Amino acid sequence: MSIPVLEISNLRKSFGDEVVLQNISFSVPVHTATVFIGASGSGKSTLLRCINLLDSVDDGVIKIDGEDITDPSIKSDQVRRKLGMVFQAFNLFPHMTVRQNITLAPIQVHGLSKDEANSRADELLIRFGLMEKADQYPDRLSGGQQQRVAIIRSIALRPRLLLLDEITSALDPVLVNEVLSTVRDLKNDGMTMVLATHEMGFAKQVADEVCYLEAGQIVERGSAQQMIETPQDQRTIDFLKRVHEAGRL
Amino acid sequence: MSSTEQGAISDDGGRASAFSKTWEPSELEISRRKVRKKQNQRNTLIAIFSTVVVLGTLITLLVTSPGFKSLTDTFFAWAYGVEVLPKIILGFSTNVLLTIIASTCVAIFGMIIALTRTSRSPALLPFRILATAYVDVFRGIPMLLVILLVGFGIPALRINGLTNNVLILGTAAVVITYSAYVAEVLRSGILTVHPSQRAAARSLGLSHFQTLRFVVLPQALRRVTPPLLNDLVSLIKDTGLVSILGVTDAIRAAQIASSRSFNYTPYVMAAIVFLLITIPLTRFTDRTIRRSIEKQNAQGLA
Repeated sequence: MSIPVLEISNLRKSFGDEVVLQNISFSVPVHTATVFIGASGSGKSTLLRCINLLDSVDDGVIKIDGEDITDPSIKSDQVRRKLGMVFQAFNLFPHMTVRQNITLAPIQVHGLSKDEANSRADELLIRFGLMEKADQYPDRLSGGQQQRVAIIRSIALRPRLLLLDEITSALDPVLVNEVLSTVRDLKNDGMTMVLATHEMGFAKQVADEVCYLEAGQIVERGSAQQMIETPQDQRTIDFLKRVHEAGRL
Repeated sequence: MSSTEQGAISDDGGRASAFSKTWEPSELEISRRKVRKKQNQRNTLIAIFSTVVVLGTLITLLVTSPGFKSLTDTFFAWAYGVEVLPKIILGFSTNVLLTIIASTCVAIFGMIIALTRTSRSPALLPFRILATAYVDVFRGIPMLLVILLVGFGIPALRINGLTNNVLILGTAAVVITYSAYVAEVLRSGILTVHPSQRAAARSLGLSHFQTLRFVVLPQALRRVTPPLLNDLVSLIKDTGLVSILGVTDAIRAAQIASSRSFNYTPYVMAAIVFLLITIPLTRFTDRTIRRSIEKQNAQGLA
């Protein structure tokens, strides 16, 4: 068994007196996807932000490819080069065209030439059917298209691990599918991923492991099928029932 | 060919465009248009009438006032005005030169101060304190005082190597004051860029500096362009204040001419020369502001 891409043990995070995450331990082997489900405020986004070093942790260890990234002397920019992150609110740069959004980091961070970066961007845009939008500004795109561009922007860096934070929550239900099918394609390509989502049907399709997070703790974990169809813990059952009643299953 | 046409129609909602070709306004719409046209005509008449009455009254009051003759003689002696105009324009070239040099320096210093004040690096703490103190002090002192203090104070120190050239000292005083204002405008622009933009840039692996350079500053500058243009208009006018140090700018040239003849027309000429530059710049600023509002609204709709 090779070293997992991501390995977290006993992670703890609090904001002031409020403990947001505790006793979080899990690992993500290469080419697999781990999906976090749970109500808003259960700590899913904070967990992803900790992995990306956008938030600092209070205790515990996060390892990427066996390297401890919670070591205070580590260079956070270098860690982030290995990670891609997609946000709920897209966060595209409004003053840049789609292509400029995608090529910014490959040129500035990875030192690719403009031509190399452009051809890499165009390859991805063609593959995901967005080539005709290459020279448009983000505000001319639909929400689904913007989110797909954000995904392309993060994978243009060829990350070891992709973090997806409720990437469909800000979208019209009609637009959700195009974004999810993009993620499914990436999964089939072998991208290693950690996702936070409210889309249970989707979780079932891509997840190798599903973790249910409540009040900052992993309450239950298991394969996608087991977690969504035959959950054991009463709290997971209640949560899935509420999701089901809201019509999202 | 036909397939592309169909594609184009279905793209923008085929039904709407198919109907629009055969649309004729209804009776109701035609009658509404007539009413609107009448209302417009009436509004135009009211506007013309009101303008004629107000301006007519003002002009009548002015022309029939007892001092009108001496007013035109002392302020609007056009022949004399044209005679001194070359000297005023020559003086105005000093104002233009001063504006160009000062605005360049202000842009650089203002940016350095704004970046210092918005930085979070612990090593920069003393500089942050200095920058804050600087802005507080120089936004609070009238510019005329700064010009006097720098223009007369620094030569009085008799420090070797420091210039006594009033033009340079005057420019320095303008730069000192305006940098404080511009730094605050830039800082407010930097602070309005949403933190999620930084988070996105940092998560792509961009360093703090790269994030600033490629993501934060371009958006911040776009937002503060209108207030910066306003400051530029003020700066052009305020360069006239250095005339107090004896710099022969447009105002000083007008002062010399008018003290020689006891006629104030040179001042009016100087005012006109300033307006020739500032009015177009103000119009340009208004247009820029309007455009940036329109652009923001378009983004809000999308």
